[in-house]
Amino acid sequence: MAYVLVLIVLAVAVYLISAPLRAARRPDDADSPTADVAELEAERDAKYREIRDAELDLRTGKLSDADHAALDGSLRAEAVQILHRLDEARAPASERIPSAP
Amino acid sequence: MADAGRVLLILALLSSLYGLGASLYGARTGRTEWVDSARRAMYVVAGIAAVAFVILDVAFITSDFSYSVVASGSSTTTPFFYRAAAIWSTQQGSLLLWVMLLAFWSSLALFLTRHRVREIVPYAQAVLFGMAVFFTGLNVLFANPFKTTVAPPAEGAGLDPLLRHTTMMVHPPMLYSGYTLALVPFAFCVGALVSGRLGAEWIQVTRRFALASWLCLGIGLLLGARWSYTELGWGGYWAWDPVENAALMPWLVCTAYIHSIMIQEKRGMLKVWNASLVLLTGTMAIVGDFLVRSGILSSIHAFVSDPTLNVSFVGLISLMVIGSVWLVTRRRDRLTSDHKLDSLISREGVFLLQNVVLVALTAVIFWLTFFPLISEAITGTETSVGPPVFARFVVPLALVVVALSGIGPIIPWRRVTMAKLRRAFAFPVAAGLGTLLVLAFVSGVTEHVFAYLMFGLGAFVVASVAQEFFRGTRARRAMTGDGAGGALLALVARNRRRYGGYLVHAGVAVALVGVAASTSFQHQRTATLLPGQSARVAGYDVKYVRPTASATAQKISFGAVLAVSRGGHHVTTLATSYGLYPSLDPMHPIGRFFNGSSESRVGLDAGALRDLWVVVAPNVTPLQSLISTGDVKIARALLSTEKLPAAQQASQLNTIYQLRDILINELAQRFVTHPWKTQFLMEVSPLVTWLWLGAIIAACGGLIALWPVPSRPRHGALSVRRRGAALPATAAPTTTPEPEPERERELV
Repeated sequence: MAYVLVLIVLAVAVYLISAPLRAARRPDDADSPTADVAELEAERDAKYREIRDAELDLRTGKLSDADHAALDGSLRAEAVQILHRLDEARAPASERIPSAP
Repeated sequence: MADAGRVLLILALLSSLYGLGASLYGARTGRTEWVDSARRAMYVVAGIAAVAFVILDVAFITSDFSYSVVASGSSTTTPFFYRAAAIWSTQQGSLLLWVMLLAFWSSLALFLTRHRVREIVPYAQAVLFGMAVFFTGLNVLFANPFKTTVAPPAEGAGLDPLLRHTTMMVHPPMLYSGYTLALVPFAFCVGALVSGRLGAEWIQVTRRFALASWLCLGIGLLLGARWSYTELGWGGYWAWDPVENAALMPWLVCTAYIHSIMIQEKRGMLKVWNASLVLLTGTMAIVGDFLVRSGILSSIHAFVSDPTLNVSFVGLISLMVIGSVWLVTRRRDRLTSDHKLDSLISREGVFLLQNVVLVALTAVIFWLTFFPLISEAITGTETSVGPPVFARFVVPLALVVVALSGIGPIIPWRRVTMAKLRRAFAFPVAAGLGTLLVLAFVSGVTEHVFAYLMFGLGAFVVASVAQEFFRGTRARRAMTGDGAGGALLALVARNRRRYGGYLVHAGVAVALVGVAASTSFQHQRTATLLPGQSARVAGYDVKYVRPTASATAQKISFGAVLAVSRGGHHVTTLATSYGLYPSLDPMHPIGRFFNGSSESRVGLDAGALRDLWVVVAPNVTPLQSLISTGDVKIARALLSTEKLPAAQQASQLNTIYQLRDILINELAQRFVTHPWKTQFLMEVSPLVTWLWLGAIIAACGGLIALWPVPSRPRHGALSVRRRGAALPATAAPTTTPEPEPERERELV
């Protein structure tokens, strides 16, 4: 019984671990974003959260209209910059617009 | 099945070694199939560890004493649930539990990140496998739970009576989960530092693991405190024991980290600080495990000291510390902040200050915990550090943390005007000052300055959190027209991190008010009473009504029933007992029932405002002459059976053991029929319930913050678009043909 259990575990382990090595080699995961894109997406999500937080701070009376307007403006500007960088990162190399000198 | 267990552990070790090698090879060559293969090796390690754990637990449940750990940590008389949990009462079994949890949480983290942070994952995976190799290696080489004996004993030593508490089922796995979960952000931080990918993504993917670690450690600490309060019989819930501190330190650092990562996520600031905190949390988790396993510091929670394990742990901790410092130093150029702090009077300013205080608090606790070792190394004499020394340094810092936990929720990010600040602080400050004013008229409260301040600050924090919930709900109602309940639920559901966090702040404040009250205003006395006699404590008359006793072959219990009254009115009836478990002493067939391990069951009447707590500490000296006589007679009787034929001997032994049981029962009953003076420890402690209540509130808040937000509606939740708010000129897109309104739409 003990030996059967060990053999079963060993067979399952070898099968599972070797599966990616047995499969055809992939240059990269086509569905996965590149590291740059993923990082920028994380930055974008964080910025969205920050905009929402500022909105909530305004509505709960922590920020004045003037403060919120200034803050919201700069946050959206930062978000747009991130979106631009995201576009660049997503675009194929040939379509990228060279940055200003 | 012990053979299978041993082989499985070796397989787990080999799989971990393979995973370590394959992860590093995949990282170096960029061959993702090796990284994927290694990830699957972690699933395999988790599966193997689970099967090995089940094999060992079945041995405990079935009392298979051929396993050395079962013989030393369980017995046939141990109740079923305790037999099932006894596996982690042993060094070897708890190491196996650690391996299983580490592999399980690592597998979960690697599964969730299989399509993300692809440059970081191989290195993070390697770190997690490194940990798995270390702990599985310890299990295989130095603390094998599947070691068997050729001649198994007929009966095991049994589970330590102090561990026979319902909390035993949950407390150790919860703490171990907290420790092992802390290693996930540690590993990803190392991966980020090695790969140079130090943006916000690795923080996002590991934030929940950090939060889960914080929650598990917190629940573990709470359960441990409750266990201590109701079982140990010394009258408290926290003793600044090294092993207790070992779980508190990573919890404190993790608290700091959970706050400071928000600054990095939002502002791209504090990258060095955050990386250091994550690495420190992971290292502290291993230090915590080291203190439990090494026994280098005197603790009732620690296992017996094992020099081999100690050397291994010191090596691992040294590697983690040196490696962490080297990595942060090497990457310091990429860890520069993207922004600067706009104002100290901002939420990030408060977070920063809170971080500094929490780390200072951890440093103080670390220093005082290790001070006995340090003093011994320098002077040759071990100097013990008691709770008053801890309190002297920890309490002032805790007051600052509580104050900041009230300020944080009501202050916005980046900037604030004085008018808004005054408005935000008005109600919480009034609540705090009002509380202080009212309490100033309560006799004796102001004499305990720190506790008095804690009450005021606790009110301040609760008021600030209540104000946040009220204002948020009001804003939500104004936007949607929902009822108050619906608006509150929607508010929390859409902002789980924020409002879950606020609940945690309120819960911690309530808990610390309970701690301050119960430690500063506790009344305690020891009384030696005969049945019918009374003692007075904090205005309560505690009358020893009658003794109780029971005896079986597994346990002798001496107890007492006490009636508590105040001003002549009956308040409650308390029952307490003191259990004695037999030792394996063969020389004293009767005496062994009185010289084994013991446990206390406290009599407790818990209330919203005060706890009445009593424990009996019976003295068995009056029984000593009878015990000695019984020892001699039973020993002679047992000796006389040695030369009898087998069948007759068995019959004779059966009769002798029956007589022994009758004698033990008679001895126990003398406590009732011929009662003698018995000692009691009595306590009246205010607001202890607030500690448990506050901890439950904090845990609920933690769960809310941890609960995943549905990914789709999240960005659509910016429900109010301010169409008049034009983007500044600097934000005008210059590198994309996409029209500006499209940009705005994506934002909301």
